[in-house]
Formats: sequence, C-alpha cells, structure tokens
Amino acid sequence: MVPARVPISRPAASAFRTAHRPTAYGGAKYSLFVRTVVTKRYTKDHEVVAFDDSTMKGTVHITNYAQSSLGDVVFVELPTEGTKVAQGDQIGAVESVKAASDIYAPVSGVIDEVNSKLADQPSLLNKSPEDQGWLCRIKLTDAAEIGKLMDEKAYKTHCES
Amino acid sequence: MVPFAGYSMPLSYGEVGAVASHHHVRNSVGLFDVGHMVQSIFRGATATAFLEWLTPSSLSALEPYSSTLSVILNEKGGIIDDTVVTKHAEDAFYVVTNAGRRERDLAWFRAKVEEWNASERAQVGKVQLEVLEGWGLLALQGPEAAQYLQALTSFDLRALTFGKSAFVPLEGFNLHVARGGYTGEDGFEISIPPSETVEVAKMLSKIPVQLTGLGARDSLRLEAGMCLYGNDLDEDTSPVEAGLAWVIGKDRRENGEFIGAEGVRKHLKEGPPRRRVGMFVEGAPARQGAKIFTPNSVEQLGIVTSGIPSPTLGKNIAMGYVKSGWHKKGTELEVDVRNKRRKATLTPMPFVKTRYWRGE
Repeated sequence: MVPARVPISRPAASAFRTAHRPTAYGGAKYSLFVRTVVTKRYTKDHEVVAFDDSTMKGTVHITNYAQSSLGDVVFVELPTEGTKVAQGDQIGAVESVKAASDIYAPVSGVIDEVNSKLADQPSLLNKSPEDQGWLCRIKLTDAAEIGKLMDEKAYKTHCES
Repeated sequence: MVPFAGYSMPLSYGEVGAVASHHHVRNSVGLFDVGHMVQSIFRGATATAFLEWLTPSSLSALEPYSSTLSVILNEKGGIIDDTVVTKHAEDAFYVVTNAGRRERDLAWFRAKVEEWNASERAQVGKVQLEVLEGWGLLALQGPEAAQYLQALTSFDLRALTFGKSAFVPLEGFNLHVARGGYTGEDGFEISIPPSETVEVAKMLSKIPVQLTGLGARDSLRLEAGMCLYGNDLDEDTSPVEAGLAWVIGKDRRENGEFIGAEGVRKHLKEGPPRRRVGMFVEGAPARQGAKIFTPNSVEQLGIVTSGIPSPTLGKNIAMGYVKSGWHKKGTELEVDVRNKRRKATLTPMPFVKTRYWRGE
C-alpha cells in the first residue's frame, strides 16, 4: 500500500492550469513547485491524521466511518492551543444525540491550532469529516509515530472486523 | 443493531438517522416495534385486590378499558419496574412491563400470585397470570397517527381518548389498541397475536409512517420527561423520589395496603431525601453518570441519570436526582462533563409539551 501523496502547497489556480496542460508537458509539471508529502494514517479509534512532513504538523479528523456511526454531531469539545499531549491522551469529545465519543491524541506533540469553526458548525464533522471538519493540528515531537499507525488498507480491514 | 434486553434491536432503520427519525415522529408518524416488552394478563375474582397489593394505584376506581402508569414496588418501597396497567374488568387486567426487567418481574409476579392464592385474601377466587409469549406490540406515534389508523377502521377513534383502550377492528384483524405511548405525542399501542404480527406491521408501515428505532425512542421519551427503567428508576428509588407520587391513588396514601407502603408513606410524610429533576445544560450535553454540584463548590448534590442534546429544542436536556431543597425550578447548579463544570438550570418536565388526544 502506497500512502496517498497529495501535493498541497500549490495555489489552486496553478493546479487548474496544470490539470489542463497537454500530457506532452506533463512530465515536468511537478518540478516547478516545492513538493511536500502528506501522509494519511488511521487509528483504531477512527481518527485520521494527515501528516505534512515539511511542517511536522498533523491535522486530526474523524473518519467518514466514525461520523456515519455517530450520526448528527451537535457539539465538539476541543483542546486548548499550546497544550502538550501524549499519544493516546483524551483531548476532547464529539457529541451526537446518540452518544459522546472521546477524541484521543493520535500522536504526541503540542496542539498547534484548533478548528474554531466547529463551535458554531459542529455539523461540519458530518458534512466534511476528512476536510472542513478537521479537529486540530498537532505539531509532532516524533514523526516516527506516524509510521506506526494504520494505513488506509489496514484501517478498512479494521472497520470490517 | 444493538443488543437490548436479550433482543437484537435497531437503533435506526436504513439510511434514516436517529434525529431525522425523531423529527418525523414529532411532525408526522412513526412506528416502533416494542414487541420485546412483556405483556401479561391477570385474571380472577380477586385480581383488582391483588394488583392493588402489587402496586399503589387505585385500580378499583379505574374505569374498564382505561390504563394508568404504575409502579411495582419491593418491600422497601423501591421501584422494581414501572408499568402500564389496563383494566378490562374487575377480574381482568392487561399489564405491560419492561423487557429489561422480564426475569425479575415475572419471578416476582409468580411468587406474589402464589403467596396471594395461598392466603385468605384469595378465598373468593384465585388469581391467574398469563404471559402473552410471542405476542407483538407496535406503537404508532405522532400527530398523524390517528389519521393513519382511522383510515383502516370504522371504529371512531375520536372516542378513544388518552389512556383508554378498546378492541378495534383493523382491516379484518381485531386488535387491542391503547391510546398513549412513550413519545409525548398522540399515538396508539397495538397488541397483536403471534400469527398476525408481520401482516399487521406491514399494514401499519406504509407512507407516511416511518419505522423508528431505539435511538429516536430514547430522545423522544426524554423530551417528554418520561423515565427509562435502569437509567432513571431502580430498586433503591421510591416513586416519591422519582416524581411519580401521582401514581399513588389518593384513597391509598393514608392506609392503602400495598407492598412497600411503609417506605412510600415515610417519603410522602417526611419528604424524600432526593428528587428527580429536569435541567437544561449549557455547552456539552451531560449524560448518565455526570455529577451535579452546587455552583463553585465541591458539594455534590446528585447525579444525572439521562441526558441528550434535544433534537426538538436544540439544547441539552437532562434528568437526574438532586438533594431535596435544591430541586426548585430555576435553581442554577453545575454539572461535571469530562472534568469541566457546565451550568445547569432546573426546569419543569416535560421539556417538550405533550400532545395527547384528550377529546374534542
């Protein structure tokens, strides 16, 4: 399984032009830009971390599987920016009508940023769990922790088991 | 699907989420399969007296084909189960109890029937218990329930007001229909013989009826301020503490001879040590087990027994128990949710106004 490689540092307009460039020129398209590699990894608690190795930051989401089993999310409790967390620490919670589900730090580090939009729009977790509904960014202390989490294929197997 | 009282039951059906399902019952009509509940018949010349020993309700004063919420009490006055008792005649009662309490209730019923029948009180006639094994029970609930059911029968359902029941001809079936339910909406609970359950369920699940699961059942009952046994009621809780003193018949408070009377009377006279209350909670919803405190203090006043974000109101509702004296409406307290104090304001229940059919 090859981790998903998504170049994210290009401005959207460039991406548009690139996509429409004739294939004959395609071979050179990435060389024009600084490439960063974002690796998506999963936890058994149905969280996903998108790790950007250029910034050492991991963006934490819940998976689509998690949001669909929780149902309508009505409240999200997030950690405070600057908090030091160890892998596995409880750092918040997601509340639906059905249940409260704890959020655990998938990796160790410092809470760099939280998604303040969720205070007013907790439903972003249902609408866009792996994009707009991100929970927080953690500045990692040990990038090796990422490698020990599940890749997409292993996570799928975990969901089916 | 989740395990529930020995059954595998759906939290929701198909792609319809629990919240959408909840709104559908409040706005239209939903069907609940509650066939896991235990339906029993008590018969015999002394059935009324027997059930007035088993419960604190005034059953002799109840009109035939009328129901009442009641409680089955232990010797200390703690609640073994809550139940709906329907009187068909002085010598025949239909009783519905909780699936989760099946073994405890049935063992208690059988022991008490035996004790009764062996005593002088049964001289004029013994009591028999029949458990309706395999019978179905469907609850059709919502403001459009009556309109839907009326289209299936010539029986004038306007005459069947809240708390009444009747055998109603429904498209060739003749079924026991009780007006009421566990949602706070108008609705019916329909008891079905084992061989007819599937056909009747099909008949009752056409558009606009939506099948409704346990998830919505819990949020609807909590908005209606109704107790869930195991959460809000248990054997260490008296009906007075639970705010269910109204189920104790007026004529029975002073000297009614029912099991647990002494404990109940003590709470009635001296006031209970704690009381069930409803509250709104700010921020995070407080759920079962959340501790209740006086503001800015470590003095614990009680505990939340059920709590959810209310789909109808868009705010967090909860019920729980607090020390007597702290139970007045408007009292501001704090609830601990994941080590953060959240403001809670006591409010009367139901949280959402009930809309029972009480006649024109």
